[in-house]
Amino acid sequence: MALLAHNEYEEDSSDEEDIRNTVGNIPMEWYQDFPHVGYDLEGKRIYKPIRNKDELDLFLEKMENPDYWRTVQDPKTGADLKLTDEQLELVQRLQKGQFGDVHFNPYEPSIDFFTHEVMIHPVTNRPADKRSFIPSLIEKEKVSKLVHAIKMGWIKPRKPKEETPTYYDLWAHEDPNSILGRHKMHVPAPKMKLPGHEESYNPPPEYLLSEEERLAWEQQEPEERRMSVVPQQHRSLRAVPAFPRFIHERFERCLDLYLCPRQRKMRVNVDPEELIPKLPKPRDLQPFPTTQALVYRGHTCLVRCISISPNGQWLASGSDDGSVRFWEVSTARCMHALSFGAVVKSLAWNPNPSICLVAIAVEQTVVLVNPCLGDKLLYGATDQLLASYVPPDEERVQPVQWVPATAEQHRKGIRLLLQHGKEVKQVTWHGKGDYLASVVSDNSNQQVLIHQSSKRWSQAPFRRSKGLVQCVLFHPIRPHFLVATQRYIRVYNLLKQELTKKLMSNCKWVSSMAIHPGGDNIICGSYDSKLAWFDMDLSTRPYRLLRHHKRALRSVAFHKRYPLFASASDDGTVIVCHGMVYNDLLQNPLLVPVKVLKGHELTQDLGVLDVLFHPTQPWVFSSGADGTIRLYT
Amino acid sequence: MGGVEKKKYERGAATNYITRNRARKKLQLSLPDFRRLCILKGIYPHEPKHKKKVNKGSTAPRTFYLLKDIKFLLHEPIVNKFREYKVFVRKLRKAYGKSEWSTVDRLKDNKPTYKLDHIVKERYPTFVDALRDLDDALSMCFLFSTFPRTGKCHVQTIQLCRRLAVEFLNYVIASRSLRKVFLSIKGIYYQAEVLGQPITWITPYTFAHDHPTDVDYRVMATFTEFYTTLLGFVNFRLYQSLNLLYPPKIDGQADIELTPAEGKEYAMDSESYLEKLSALSSTLARVVAPTHEEEVELDEFPVEGETAEQMDARKKEQEALEKHKKLFEGLRFFLNREVPREALAFVIRCFGGQVSWDKSLCIGATYDVSDPSITHQIVDRPQVQQQVVGRYYLQPQWVFDSVNAKLCLPVADYFPGVLLPPHLSPFVTEQEGDYIPPEKLKLLAMQRGEEPDEESEEEEEEEEEDNDKEEEEEDESEKEEEIKLKKLEEQKTQGNKALPVTVTAGKVRLEDKQRLEQEQQSEEKRLAIMMMKKREKYLYKKIMFGKKRKIREANKLAAKRKAHDAAVKEQKKKSKKARQA
Repeated sequence: MALLAHNEYEEDSSDEEDIRNTVGNIPMEWYQDFPHVGYDLEGKRIYKPIRNKDELDLFLEKMENPDYWRTVQDPKTGADLKLTDEQLELVQRLQKGQFGDVHFNPYEPSIDFFTHEVMIHPVTNRPADKRSFIPSLIEKEKVSKLVHAIKMGWIKPRKPKEETPTYYDLWAHEDPNSILGRHKMHVPAPKMKLPGHEESYNPPPEYLLSEEERLAWEQQEPEERRMSVVPQQHRSLRAVPAFPRFIHERFERCLDLYLCPRQRKMRVNVDPEELIPKLPKPRDLQPFPTTQALVYRGHTCLVRCISISPNGQWLASGSDDGSVRFWEVSTARCMHALSFGAVVKSLAWNPNPSICLVAIAVEQTVVLVNPCLGDKLLYGATDQLLASYVPPDEERVQPVQWVPATAEQHRKGIRLLLQHGKEVKQVTWHGKGDYLASVVSDNSNQQVLIHQSSKRWSQAPFRRSKGLVQCVLFHPIRPHFLVATQRYIRVYNLLKQELTKKLMSNCKWVSSMAIHPGGDNIICGSYDSKLAWFDMDLSTRPYRLLRHHKRALRSVAFHKRYPLFASASDDGTVIVCHGMVYNDLLQNPLLVPVKVLKGHELTQDLGVLDVLFHPTQPWVFSSGADGTIRLYT
Repeated sequence: MGGVEKKKYERGAATNYITRNRARKKLQLSLPDFRRLCILKGIYPHEPKHKKKVNKGSTAPRTFYLLKDIKFLLHEPIVNKFREYKVFVRKLRKAYGKSEWSTVDRLKDNKPTYKLDHIVKERYPTFVDALRDLDDALSMCFLFSTFPRTGKCHVQTIQLCRRLAVEFLNYVIASRSLRKVFLSIKGIYYQAEVLGQPITWITPYTFAHDHPTDVDYRVMATFTEFYTTLLGFVNFRLYQSLNLLYPPKIDGQADIELTPAEGKEYAMDSESYLEKLSALSSTLARVVAPTHEEEVELDEFPVEGETAEQMDARKKEQEALEKHKKLFEGLRFFLNREVPREALAFVIRCFGGQVSWDKSLCIGATYDVSDPSITHQIVDRPQVQQQVVGRYYLQPQWVFDSVNAKLCLPVADYFPGVLLPPHLSPFVTEQEGDYIPPEKLKLLAMQRGEEPDEESEEEEEEEEEDNDKEEEEEDESEKEEEIKLKKLEEQKTQGNKALPVTVTAGKVRLEDKQRLEQEQQSEEKRLAIMMMKKREKYLYKKIMFGKKRKIREANKLAAKRKAHDAAVKEQKKKSKKARQA
């Protein structure tokens, strides 16, 4: 070994000899940008050799210098170095992956020092320890512990493994009568839905989704989708890929099985036709208006209200264009028109056939007009009746002012003016034709006023306001007075001066009401498109709520003779119903819709504003927002 | 009004239900253990009718179980085993912590185990009950048997699943009880009829699974634990019913052929046996040697109240079934390597066909490609280079379609490279008013025994040509008419210019009585619907909506089909013209 080492030293170039650069072991790139590569022993810079060779020189050198291939650059000095033959050999050996040393033999035969075979001699010559001859105390302790544990029964001998076969005939003695161990409420899990044509790998072409359908499918929530997968078509079986959600689907099924409440669902197996109630056929309930017969044109704006003379010959209509027109019913001819210059809110023809008088509500006044139509004797008598008024001796304080018409007004037909302090909403006559009631849009106790035309005397019947009054009505037979507020209809006895009944309408906002000529049944229409039929003998709640219209109800009406009633709504229809009231108290009224009358056009979102029956014929008039009045017969 | 005040929620519905948390506390189990117990015992939550009453006035969303269910769980011996296991794990962890390896070994030796036999018996008191609920068990086992043997779940479970699935397939083959097969995009659906119960299961296509991360494999493993137990017992019973040995043994003669020639004990013998079984190509050994006169004429017992017609129908049905079972009898199939081997081998063997494949593809091949007796070769590539005379080269869909149609379909539509006819689902039974695809109609006609006229297409084409000519003629005639009309109009306008007022002859308006009648009836109906009560109206509208939607969907499908057919025809015509030109 020593000899070898000596040789090594001899061959190796000594470090000291070679060190001319004193920078030490640093990356030489640091000197890349400097002209020098370090410092020599005296501290002077070692400059890089001047390399002003261009490409051509390099090439020439490469071609001419036979040692070019073995020349390398010394990074420490920057000088060119020619490799010696020994160095070259070393490089080549290293490139081949051999050891640098020529004399090293990597494949020396191995000497098996520690073999698996037991040798007769020990490997080491160390004598055995003393402790290997003495019984171990720790072991003794452990053994005694175990013995103690066995004695105490803490350690038990291993249980023999049960040697039953894994699978055997479990249902050898099955009892078909035994219900499921628990109770009868067990619901077996429903089976999974079987796939249809659309899940096929090659479905019929009609099951494939079009582009829009696919987009719609993608936008749906996964729970809402009717198909769980998009149908796809593959030309052949080898083109079918794996289904990426297979494990998901199995897992969801597992979750369904143990997390979903199960319930037996009773499927309604009803024939839908059987659900339709059996009603008498409309054909058997004739007569009722079926077709549009006449259209009364002339108004330029929506016609708010219509009224018919007691004999059914004349029709009066009030419109938003500020005019009242009188028509002949049978010919649709406008007999004459009165212009007020303000919206006509309401008008009512005196129901007494011997008096020819129309009450018209315009702004703050109620105007009593003699239309001078029909029998001359009749309207002459009316004028005389009005003229025969003798003012009382002492002036009484009245809520309204009774003003006789001026001469010019008189010529037009206006006879009396009742000047209210506030806007008048509605006016209606008592059946006898002497009293009339008016509703003022106000929130005080003076909303409703009752006037007596013969005595030119007015009074406010209520001491306190019970809410916004929508409309009022005199009972046709009894001395009752009906007041509809937003939600309730109150029936007052005028003689006893007390409240007799309060009807709950079950509607949000009552718009109109009408009373059956028999006097026991009331219908009321509401803005939430309901029509309530009250049987006053039965209850204070509606006997029937009819939701026939799609939009707000504007007006309802009863026929005086026939068992008919009609409702007009903003959806532009008038629905005529058969409403038979029986004298037998035990039999409930029979309500059957018989005809939907269409004709009015919707203007400004308003349809039909008023509806009215002919007093004697089964005809119905309707006035609409399109400025027309229509007669259906 | 005297007496003790009744306390709320101490009687009635509130006492019948128990929330999940309270149930868990009552059973003294952790939530995962409670879940496992519920899965194993098949206990599911209930939705009380009046949730607020049961929930003691609160409306918080809670899961409710029936109190009876939970009381029933209290007596379950497995609950104790769960507790024991918990203790075992605790002890083991302690031993590991102290590095007491001998204790670890001892504990591991005494690891508590439990059996689910009694639960299976309890949940399915009769064998038919078990069969009825076999769908999920089979699907799950087939899924688990395709899992890789790494991670996700225990290797033993996967092996067990594979074994049970293969056993079941072998049973279906032996009993020939497969009825329907469906290639869906999700996987392959099979339907077998065992003891009169339809059993449907789905197997995924044989690809590696892309294991999702949002799936709780523990839940699935618990289900599989129960399902494997169930399926094992069911298999045992099924094999017994056919007099087959369980665990299954391959029939003796076949066995000799299959044993490796070296005669040495093969290292993976048990596994290779399972593989041989799963090749599905050999018959199984029976307990009693099969007697060849099995087909005994069954005596007929006329059921009371059954007419002769019904009996005849039943007999016919029986015959059809027998015929269906022997669909591929006498046919020899060869599967190319690109087709799904297991599915096809299973289906073909279920209907009595013989099947083989390339020796290098799988164990259990019985004959070679060059065998001249092969009648059908199943191929799934665009074209076949070397065709042997005397056998049909068919795409795999033919096998499945034939099984579903219950007859061997004409082979012409299924040659390699041909555009396949649509594959229809055998599970759809069309009711009246449903949309029926034209292919199904054709198939139904074929089943009825009507010969599909192949010449009709040619005729159609000829007709088409005729139609084209006619159409052209029509076009011309239309043009002429238009010219005439124009002339007339011109005359009219001239006339109008001459006279400011014209009298047009009044037309007699014919009133269609029928239509009037119809209109009247529909109006009556509309009016009657108006008078319906709110609840009834809602129900009525719902029913009508459903009906209308159904009709709409059927119409939509029909329209789509029509448009598609028209487009195809157009395409054909164009290509024909191009060829002619």
